[in-house]
Amino acid sequence: MGERRSATFYALAAFFGLYVLFLYGPMFGIFVLSFQGPDGGLTFPMNGVSLVWFEKLFQGGGIVDLGAAFWRSLALGVVVMLLTVAISVSAGLAFRTRFWGAGALFYITIASLIVPSIITSLGIGLEFRLLDDLVKNHGPDWLAEDHTTWMGLFTSGLGAHLTWTLPFGLLIMFAIFNRFNPAYEEAARDLGATPFQTFRHVVWPIILPSVIGIGLFGFTLSWDEIARSSQAIGEVNTLPLELQGLTTTVTKPDIYALGTSISAVSFLVIFASLFGIRLLQRRRAAR
Amino acid sequence: MATPAPLELIAVTKRYRATLAVDAIDLRIPAGTYCCLLGPSGCGKTSTLRMIAGHEIASEGDILLGAANITTLPPAARGTAMMFQSYALFPHLSVRDNVAFALKMRGIDKATRHRRAGELLELVAMSAYADRLPAQLSGGQQQRVALARALITEPQILLLDEPLSALDPFLRVRMRAELKRLQRELGISFIHVTHGQEEAMALADLVVLMNAGRIEQQGSPREMFNRPRTAFAARFMGGHNVLRRADQQIAVRTDHIRIAPTHALRARVTELEYQGTWLQANLALPDGETLIATLTEQQFDAAPFGAGDEVGIAWDDDAAHPLV
Repeated sequence: MGERRSATFYALAAFFGLYVLFLYGPMFGIFVLSFQGPDGGLTFPMNGVSLVWFEKLFQGGGIVDLGAAFWRSLALGVVVMLLTVAISVSAGLAFRTRFWGAGALFYITIASLIVPSIITSLGIGLEFRLLDDLVKNHGPDWLAEDHTTWMGLFTSGLGAHLTWTLPFGLLIMFAIFNRFNPAYEEAARDLGATPFQTFRHVVWPIILPSVIGIGLFGFTLSWDEIARSSQAIGEVNTLPLELQGLTTTVTKPDIYALGTSISAVSFLVIFASLFGIRLLQRRRAAR
Repeated sequence: MATPAPLELIAVTKRYRATLAVDAIDLRIPAGTYCCLLGPSGCGKTSTLRMIAGHEIASEGDILLGAANITTLPPAARGTAMMFQSYALFPHLSVRDNVAFALKMRGIDKATRHRRAGELLELVAMSAYADRLPAQLSGGQQQRVALARALITEPQILLLDEPLSALDPFLRVRMRAELKRLQRELGISFIHVTHGQEEAMALADLVVLMNAGRIEQQGSPREMFNRPRTAFAARFMGGHNVLRRADQQIAVRTDHIRIAPTHALRARVTELEYQGTWLQANLALPDGETLIATLTEQQFDAAPFGAGDEVGIAWDDDAAHPLV
């Protein structure tokens, strides 16, 4: 106590302060500017305060239908979240035992993180174009006749997002099962639980808080994904893609309102999950 | 509780790839025995326990419980129950639900399984903690809950994997008395894996000392301590000097070494430690061999000496046990 901090401390603290400002300053600026008055522009100073840009946003009627894009992204995010959880948990369980090709499978999964996103996206787009050509030229008549493309939100788009979320999900599962004491499962087996009962009554409840975290990760990664979606999404766009399109054409603060709304959803999901985990822990402690 | 039954291991072997963990051991544990599997780490005692429990399957040999051959049965179908080293209480379930777990898995209704769990918690004096979570219990309390959880399956044999190693020394002594009392009351066999010879001697009716996958020696604690068969047994059971005399190794208990200025065999005192009721003298013989003598305070006071002194030592002929 009472020990004087060295000059290094203050220098580093100032540097850290700058870093935080750099990290969150832009976001904060956009939050503020999204409440720009009706006559305000894209930059400071604020010309009054209003919710008029949010109103415009949700009325639609702009160049693109942002409301529809919002719901599309939300739906995709939820599907990605559920699939990421289901596949990561299954894979995490599978990787606890050694199986043939485990190493190769792991590296292939992780490699998806290393390959540049735009390349992955181009590849998926190319793959689907090849597939479409194949169906059109060589498929059975009933299929080939009306076929245009299989590329879409829940085919190529979903795949592109999963290449992004699954490696994270799997790595988190590895961390979870690294800490997981296998004696719990042996004890359950000793007490007569079947493998399914062991999972249902012992493993799942213990890993549940971490699994919620994976779901959260899956959703937020999908929610603001651009690079992997760009070439693989098909004809309709996700919200971030619409937003990116707008940045070149829009000159009004409604784009800021959109940014604020997207961030709000992300925060909402995070806090809802944290609240869910807390509730779960509370319920456990209460029993 | 189920009727106690004897357990028999016949040429039981466990191999993990190239390594031989348990090497064709034969062992018979009569019904209602407190048996300690004792040995250094890696001696095969835990593998043996896990093969009896069914968490490992024997590579070769047979395990018989009563008249039944249980070698390849699943753990819950054997009539054994296991208490794990760190207890492995399910962290998300209350004490009551932990104890009732086996009954829930069998589909027994809530009222019945809670009543049975209540009875078992009564047995281990943990009724007051039924609604707590494992994390809210002390180590000793967790052990009692783990005992209750294992015993609710009415096993013929309870298997305990280093049950006291997670406790502090004071609690260890108390819990070991409780284990012994519980085993006596239930009348079933307990098989208890430990690396502490003191623990084994305090608890066991039958001590099975293992070394390198084989049974080195087995017997009652007194037999084990007073008639060690090998140098390993003498060293592991403690309280012995292993000395080379002519072409043979012998074991002499440290408290059977007599010290007096008049004895012919000369030794130098390298260290003298006061331990309260007794003293320990580390001695070096002229040929470089070292040995330990323990003597009571009374014996010491009759002929005191100090570190660095030269003394004479001797032991009775019948105190020297030849080792194989």
